Amino acid sequence: MKIVYFFISAITTIALVFLLNTKMALPAPLGKLLSPQHGLWQNAEPADKNFSEDLKFSNLKGKTSVYFDERLVPHVFAEQENDVYFVQGYLHAKFRLFQMELQTYSAAGRASEVVGEIALKHDREFRRLGMVFAAEIALKEIEKSAISKMSCDAYTAGVNAYIARLTESSLPVEYKLLGTKPELWSNLKSALFLKYMAYDLSAHETDFEMTNAKHFFSPADFNLLYPAVQDSLDPIIPRGTKFAPASIKPIAPKNVDSAYFSTDIVSAEENEKPDAANGSNNWAVSGKRTKAGAPILCNDPHLGLNLPAIWYEMQLSTPSFNAYGATFPGSPSVIIGFNDSCAFGFTNGGRDVRDYYEIKFKDNTRREYWFNNEWKKTELKVETIKIVGKPDFMDTVAYTVFGPVMYDESFNGGRQTNNKSYAVRWKAHDASNDFMVFNLLNHAKNYADYTAAVANLSTPGQNCVFACKNGDIALRTQGNWPAKWKGQGDFVMPGMDSSYMWQGIIPQNEVPYQYNPERGFVSSANQKPVDESYPYYIGREYPIVRGLLINKKLAGMQQITPQDMMALQTENFNLYAQEMMPVFLKRINTTSFNAEEQKYFALLSAWNLRNDVDAKGATVYDELFKKFKENVFKDEFANAPKPIQMPFESTLIEATLKDSAYKFFDDISTTQKETLADVATQSFKEAVVTLKKIEAEGKLDWAKDKGTRINHLLKLEPFSKMNLPIGGGGTMINATKENHGPSWRMIVNLTSKTEAYGVYPGGQNGNPGSKYYDNFVDEWAVGKYYALWMMTKDETKDSRVKWTMNFSN
Amino acid sequence: MKFFISTTLIAVLSFAACLFLPWWVIAIAGFIVAFAIPQKAGLAFLSGFIALFVLWAGISIYMSSANGNLFVHKMSILFLKADNPTMLFLFTGLIGGLVAGFGSLSGRLLKKLMVKN
Repeated sequence: MKIVYFFISAITTIALVFLLNTKMALPAPLGKLLSPQHGLWQNAEPADKNFSEDLKFSNLKGKTSVYFDERLVPHVFAEQENDVYFVQGYLHAKFRLFQMELQTYSAAGRASEVVGEIALKHDREFRRLGMVFAAEIALKEIEKSAISKMSCDAYTAGVNAYIARLTESSLPVEYKLLGTKPELWSNLKSALFLKYMAYDLSAHETDFEMTNAKHFFSPADFNLLYPAVQDSLDPIIPRGTKFAPASIKPIAPKNVDSAYFSTDIVSAEENEKPDAANGSNNWAVSGKRTKAGAPILCNDPHLGLNLPAIWYEMQLSTPSFNAYGATFPGSPSVIIGFNDSCAFGFTNGGRDVRDYYEIKFKDNTRREYWFNNEWKKTELKVETIKIVGKPDFMDTVAYTVFGPVMYDESFNGGRQTNNKSYAVRWKAHDASNDFMVFNLLNHAKNYADYTAAVANLSTPGQNCVFACKNGDIALRTQGNWPAKWKGQGDFVMPGMDSSYMWQGIIPQNEVPYQYNPERGFVSSANQKPVDESYPYYIGREYPIVRGLLINKKLAGMQQITPQDMMALQTENFNLYAQEMMPVFLKRINTTSFNAEEQKYFALLSAWNLRNDVDAKGATVYDELFKKFKENVFKDEFANAPKPIQMPFESTLIEATLKDSAYKFFDDISTTQKETLADVATQSFKEAVVTLKKIEAEGKLDWAKDKGTRINHLLKLEPFSKMNLPIGGGGTMINATKENHGPSWRMIVNLTSKTEAYGVYPGGQNGNPGSKYYDNFVDEWAVGKYYALWMMTKDETKDSRVKWTMNFSN
Repeated sequence: MKFFISTTLIAVLSFAACLFLPWWVIAIAGFIVAFAIPQKAGLAFLSGFIALFVLWAGISIYMSSANGNLFVHKMSILFLKADNPTMLFLFTGLIGGLVAGFGSLSGRLLKKLMVKN
């Protein structure tokens, strides 16, 4: 009997351990996770944690001291440039390892290894886009440069030095929750990170959507819905600027009308696409407009908002350079910031550098395809996708002269067999060393250095703003842009021969730029960089409204201070609403309104056109405009093929202002002819239905309705910040949307002693158990800034220095 | 007295072992101590349970207070779907207690088996 008792007890113990150590029965290994000496309690960082440490690594060439200030921003002083990147890698890993890994797993199409089958579509999409292929090509180019190789090698060694010190209990929370361990870092991972940014910023073309639109609508309607030029555009390089003639003259193929502009409907499935609103604002004003007489440079890149944040703030100082600003965990150097001579920043160029070609395979083995009158061999690459808890998934990707075949029967499988295959030609597949841009900008002393630095930018192309203590300001719209004939790549192209291929890259000395312009400022906000006089075709529609307002405001400003610039970066004025409100107030027919409708109409009429936190009128306008746009177009689009591009907000607004008899106001599904007044009134009534629900939930204030949130990378709600009290919106200068917005706000006043301000929605420590995890978020939401401290070597005793880390060999 | 010594020993041994070994060595710690110091089976279980309940709840309360009780709120929502730090401390103690308790019980029962045979 005793033996039975013993066995029952022993088996219970073993079963309990098994249960609490695995995910087999419970959703999480609770014993492992709650053991105070191993699990999550270990990540509850002491509020008074001492970050000071002395560390020795044999790869270091000299001494490096890191001074952390009260916001946990490290000021790194290295004797050797090599060491500064080692320490940067070490600190990125120490504070942000999980995000670095997740981003590069995701970039490489390996997310299924971490999160399981749910990511399989993503992984196939990224493998088929050739992300690793692109990163490998880039890495070869990067390692050709001694400087880049040195910085990447040192960076990688630094990350790995930190990983080597990790124990089970010191692992970041996310690894514990997922039950995984970090992989060693490599230069390829840094290159993958670069390609991840390239994807995020240069892969939002609408070729399939536009191809379907072109097929579905008459040419006249197509031009009304998707105008090639927006009337109200205020380009980055002002209208009237003279451009030199193009040195490359791309020629459209002879059969372009029959074989291209009249293409058939396409139905490839696009699983995911970067947010087209990955925009940004940047500007620099010259000393003649500022109070201190020195240039001021401002930048706020708009990206997806996550915790931990995409940015990590630091100062890097060596005998050869001294730079401060926002860095990317995953990459060496300061990305957006300033040094002792100048400041630099970016907004996205937004041009179409990803095109699709329809491929004709000989048979479904995909071994040969028809190209230039012969069957040409593809290169087949077998992709093995590991899935946690499931067998591996094998995918074969065919590579053609254009690039990998992204969509074919096997990837559309089950959805719609149209027997078509599309290869993708993406500029990010070409060799380039984009790291060099940042290395050289960190060292730049003047306009010539800046020009030489940004010339290395290939993909994603950017509008690079610059200001210098010598008084110079400049903005170059830099990148390797294909020289296209008019309309090339707007739609899916025929891929049976070489006639539709890109014919050249716009030479660096022909990119549009401005250097110390007469008007005393340069600015960009993702609008089209030039007017029609620029000799190259650069695509159709760009977001225009932020640029309009920024330029209007800057043109009227004198005696500018950094505080004025803060107000401008956080400006919630709604320019589109200003244009549309008179139309709505005039056209909406209130005679039949009930009391409820009257109430909301009164809120709308009294609104001050600002999307401030508590603006109820902003919520009414937002619902009204959404319904208005939906009602104007839904009848025409009801039978359109999918996917299809919807017209831009700016297109509808321009059309409404210009033509009160715009043909799309009529609802073609009814026999009578609807007018602007009809559709506006109808939309208002429908909006009221939604508004009543919003008000019942207590969310009529604009910020509550918008509900801006910053998600943890694994979408764990307790680690996220929800319902932030912040105004603005997609079309305002303060472009804070639901989960997207200004990811780093920076203002640099280039006075003899630099005066700089910055803030990002996050915190320096990626550990959700640290008080430095999200401590900047509330400041960011209310539009406050921190003074950025460009520390000098003789300030080591300053009271702002809280901790010191010493690195030596 | 035996009870007190057993309980203390299990706690000390568990703490030391967990510095180097996986969390489930607490079961082995209970097992060894209960094997070495004979007590009634029920008391052996209680020794292990109380030792680890106090140890785990205690360390977690201590670490959480050093943390300014910032993380415990997030953790309790994550694990218990409710913002209840006290419950999470108790839950942590309960898990440790159960594992060490059954470990101790097994140790005691094995000893009994071996002694009589």
